[in-house]
Formats: sequence, structure tokens, C-alpha cells
Amino acid sequence: MTSSPEAVVRSPWVSGLIKATPIVLGYIPIGLTFGVLAQKAGLSTFNTLMMSLLVYAGSSQLVAAGLFAAGAPTASIILTTFVVNLRHLLLSAAIAPFLKRWGKGELAAFAYQLTDETFALHAAEFPAGVPSKTEVFAINATAQASWLVGTALGAGLGQVIAEVEPFGLDYVLPALFIALIVLQIEKRTQIGVALLTGALSVVLLVLGVEQWHVIIATVIGATLGVFLDLWTNAPSS
Amino acid sequence: MDQRTIFLTILGMAAVTYLPRLLPTWLLSSRELPRWLVLWLRHVPVAVLAAMLFPAIMTQHGRLHLGLDNVFLLASIPTVLVAWRTRSLFGSVITGIIVVALARLVLPL
Repeated sequence: MTSSPEAVVRSPWVSGLIKATPIVLGYIPIGLTFGVLAQKAGLSTFNTLMMSLLVYAGSSQLVAAGLFAAGAPTASIILTTFVVNLRHLLLSAAIAPFLKRWGKGELAAFAYQLTDETFALHAAEFPAGVPSKTEVFAINATAQASWLVGTALGAGLGQVIAEVEPFGLDYVLPALFIALIVLQIEKRTQIGVALLTGALSVVLLVLGVEQWHVIIATVIGATLGVFLDLWTNAPSS
Repeated sequence: MDQRTIFLTILGMAAVTYLPRLLPTWLLSSRELPRWLVLWLRHVPVAVLAAMLFPAIMTQHGRLHLGLDNVFLLASIPTVLVAWRTRSLFGSVITGIIVVALARLVLPL
């Protein structure tokens, strides 16, 4: 092939698949970690896969695996999941203005597969023009398919390995958070927001504000961010 | 917990996860958001990730844990550097778990 990639007219599915590749590379190992931890927490292979199919929110699934392992009650697991995933409300609100011409059913399908990573991908692309619906759904479907593949691999592996600590798998979630923060930082005020919010969250937790420390710190931290923007210079409009 | 109860818990988790994803797309897609809200929303992803990250690497059982024996905190330094230099999600995570695995192998913890 001598033609440049831009010159090749790709089907929206192929194009979506290619764009989703970085997400796939992240989701397979992390889905695998979830699969292993869920097995260790006593979930059947069916339930492990169902969580990845129906909940499909990586960090909350890893947190939930820990809670199932600790024998936490159902209500506590659901409440924690709600709090950890409440940020999707904000991601969804941020992406919604770009999808004004979509129907309710299409929005329902899109929202179902909205994750931190698909959000990051779409949020980077939509301001310059929303691609075809087929391509958007191809990206989202590819991402969730890789999450399920990773989960299935992990569920299989979980029956073979005895402990996850020697492999450092319990650090996957913090490492993922670090990478997602660093990749989103474009200006100095965001570093301030990250440090202030993180510190506040730690203080709240140490003071005994469990479960809610994440959402309280987030609301205060993002608000401080707006003031930092206004204070350092007038934000570009 | 038996598998039936686990499955019902998962259904509950799915419901409380889906509604916050869905409702803004239905309610907000047809109107303009106020400017202050747009500014605020831009800060949310970094804020929420930091709010989950810092306790995970700086506390243990609800207490501050900042010593040199905190493997997660140590591993965060190379993880940040790799994320910053390579912009690779996968590379950063792999670096982090290798450092944690090696530290546990080498350090007398």
C-alpha cells in the first residue's frame, strides 16, 4: 500500500475499531485484573461476566470486588457503586451538548457505554465535529467487547493463580487513575485541582467521612478549579 | 453471599450506574448549558480521579500512611513519570504494577 492512511476511505466500523485501540490495550489487562479479583472475591464466572456486561464501569467494579471479598452488605455495595459512578453524570452532561440531533433511543445506547476512557476519546474529537453514529457506536462497542474479553480471561486465570499481590495487580486501579489524570492535564490550574482535590479527599477520609469523601472532594475541587481559572487569567472564550 | 444475591446486587449496581449516565443526555442535549457550568464540568474528570487516587496511595485502613514502606506511594513516582513522558495508558499501568511487584520482592516488608 502506497497511499497514506488519510487517503484510504475506511468503513466507519474499521475507523472506530482503530480509534478504540488505545482503550482496548488498557481494558484487556484491567478487565483481566477485575476477572481475577472477582473470582477471588467468590463471584461465579457468570456473575463476573454479568457485572462487566451490565455495570461496565471499571473502577467501581474493582472496588465492588473488594467489597464482595470483605463480605460487605448488598446496600453498601450498591451505594458505594452509586457514589463512585456519580461522576458519569458530569461526563454525560459535558458530552450531551454535542449530541443534540440524536434520538432518545440512540442517546440511551450511547450513555450505556459511556466510560472515563470513551468520554476522553469523544471529548477530544466532538468539538471538531461528531463522527458518524456508526463510528461512535463502533468505538463504544469495541471498548466494551475488549472489557468483556479481559474479564473472561481473568475469570479463567483467577482459577489458576492463588494470590494477586505478588503480581502487583492490586496496584492496577491507582496506576490507571494516575495515567488518566496525567493524560487529561493540559494547563497548570488542572494540576492545582488534582492536588487540592486529592488532599481534601484524604483529609475527609482520615476525619472519618467514608464513602462520601470522593464526591464531596470532587464538588469542592471542581469549584476551586473554576475560581483558579478566573483568578490566574480570564479563560479563553 | 450466594450467587443469586450477588446477581441481584449486580442488577442494583447496574441501575445506579446507568441512570447518571443516561439522564443528562436526555435532559441536557436539547438546551445550552450556562457558561459557569461548562467551566465547572471541565474540572470534574481530573477532580474525581484525584479524589479516588490520593486515598488509595496515601492511606491504609482510614489512616495516613506516608512512610517509605508504602509501596503504592513509591510506585506512583515512576508511574507519573511514564504517563507524563509517554502519554500511554497501558505503559503507565504496566510500569506501576511491575514496580509494585519488584518492590515487594526486594524490600523487606
